[in-house]
Amino acid sequence: MAAEPVIEVENLTKYYGNFPAISDVSFTVDKGEILGFLGPNGAGKSTTMKILTGYMPPTEGVVRIAGYDVVSQSLEARKRMGYLPETVPLYTDMTVRGYLGFMGSIRGMSRDSIRRRTGDVVDICRLGDYTDTLIGKLSKGFRQRVGIAQAILHEPDILILDEPTIGIDPIQVVETRQLIKDLGTEHTVVISTHILPEVSAICQRVVIIHEGEIVAMDSPENLAERLQASAQVVVDVRGPKEKVTAALQGIDGVQGVTVTPLERGAATYTVTSGRDQDIREEVARQVVQQGWGLLRQESLSMSLEEIFLRLTTEEPSS
Amino acid sequence: MTALRQVGGYILIGLYAIQGGRNTATIAWKELRTYFASPGAYIVAAVFLAVTGVLFVNSISGTFAEASVRGFLEPTALFVVPVLAPILSMRLLAEEQKLGTMELLLTSPVRDYQVVIGKFIASYIILILTISLTFFFVFLLVWKGDPDMGPILSGYLGFVLYTGAALSVGILASSLSSNQIVAAIVGFGIILILILLGQASELVTGLFSTILEEASVLEHFNDFSRGVIDTWHLVYYLTTIATFLFLTVRSLESRRWR
Ligand SMILES: Nc1ncnc2c1ncn2[C@@H]1O[C@H](COP(=O)(O)OP(=O)(O)OP(=O)(O)O)[C@@H](O)[C@H]1O
Ligand SMILES: [Mg+2]
Repeated sequence: MAAEPVIEVENLTKYYGNFPAISDVSFTVDKGEILGFLGPNGAGKSTTMKILTGYMPPTEGVVRIAGYDVVSQSLEARKRMGYLPETVPLYTDMTVRGYLGFMGSIRGMSRDSIRRRTGDVVDICRLGDYTDTLIGKLSKGFRQRVGIAQAILHEPDILILDEPTIGIDPIQVVETRQLIKDLGTEHTVVISTHILPEVSAICQRVVIIHEGEIVAMDSPENLAERLQASAQVVVDVRGPKEKVTAALQGIDGVQGVTVTPLERGAATYTVTSGRDQDIREEVARQVVQQGWGLLRQESLSMSLEEIFLRLTTEEPSS
Repeated sequence: MTALRQVGGYILIGLYAIQGGRNTATIAWKELRTYFASPGAYIVAAVFLAVTGVLFVNSISGTFAEASVRGFLEPTALFVVPVLAPILSMRLLAEEQKLGTMELLLTSPVRDYQVVIGKFIASYIILILTISLTFFFVFLLVWKGDPDMGPILSGYLGFVLYTGAALSVGILASSLSSNQIVAAIVGFGIILILILLGQASELVTGLFSTILEEASVLEHFNDFSRGVIDTWHLVYYLTTIATFLFLTVRSLESRRWR
């Protein structure tokens, strides 16, 4: 598959004043790909998307959409994009139909195509009963749907959706994900989310971002595998903490040990190792040999959720 | 070959202009619809008519009353327009910022200046419609008296230009805040300063006084209401409007660079 990248992001850095919201972010998205942008609150997802759509210029770096630079050839880039910002922006005093008409019109659609596509997106987003309702009177979930409808109205090549399923009921979430998946066959989609099942459900590739830096970029499957690559063994041991830690760290293949104290001189030790090494026996042997009390031993295989936590909340190892 | 290229270039520019005009018109049309759909514009128009009515009656009931519009247009320009223009324009950009729709607008294939001009045109139309309510008083003058039509026409021309300048200040103020009330107060403040420059000119002498007088938005209106149409005043108002609209575009841009 020789897919050409339609979104190229090179060394993107954005400072708000002195605060670096994102630093040195680079990735590409191929045609027809669905890329998930995953990160906790404040990671820099929305900032990246605002730069991708040309709303904000980056402090440093380049973004090309279909070959057009979003800063210097902004209009050409914008024509090819549909965007759903995270604060679903709607004119509350307009009807759904009026709003879609206005959005179509400022994107240069003809009257006929606006009429046709309004019908289409109203069906797709299940807004049928609300086309003539004032947006201000819609519930949050329906507003979100109008936001999605607006983003796909002009059949853009590239869709940028900032947390598209927030506030939608579970059934609609499933449908929206399916919709994004369907769109992903012809369009290129970038979605941001902090919901893990969402990326594993719809994305071909995940970018995990934390404190403005990309910490991982892979397919959801590979990511899960890679994370399992570091297996963890949890042991509760009664004994002198420093010595136990040192002993555990001394085991061949161990990458790290974290300690959580328990009562009466005991502590929980989480021992991380490479996946290909099974350290369970060696951990038990070490503890018993030294005459410490082995209270519990357990081996963890991490879910994607835990991987995510690990990737993004772990402190820089010294 | 070069000629062909040139023609091609002109066609391209023409197409851009049409598309640009279309975008501006789309935005103006949307704003007009919003004005007509909201009760605010009607209330403003009604209050305006009432206040100018009082000023009109006042202007024709004095001892030296004359059958002209000058008597009520001048106090309207001084006391009513500094409030009216910011109120009509305060929503235009402030609300886009508050609703977040600015983000969509500015990521659509629309230029910032098209947004600003579109909104200015819509609010100017509403403003002119509001002003035209006072034609009723002109009608009364013509019916009951024998006014000189020249100063009336030139007075209205000057009045419309003057309110346009005030409106462009209002739009700039609206781009500075996401709060409409703040926008209105800031707009009122700037217009007031621009008017007071004329008053301040009387406190100083020489070149400085002339500069202050020329800079004042209201001074240029006085000639119009006396029946004089001077190109310099026309140029002044059109430049002022263009300047404030330009500043508004820059203000929108600066928001992106933060
Ligand atoms: N306009 C702004 N001015 C200053 N700082 C900002 C601004 N917008 C965002 N930030 C900061 O930049 C960082 C990244 O914010 P961003 O909105 O991109 O995060 P996010 O990943 O989208 O988070 P969330 O999941 O909460 O939406 C945050 O620390 C935020 O406080
Ligand atoms: Mg966000």
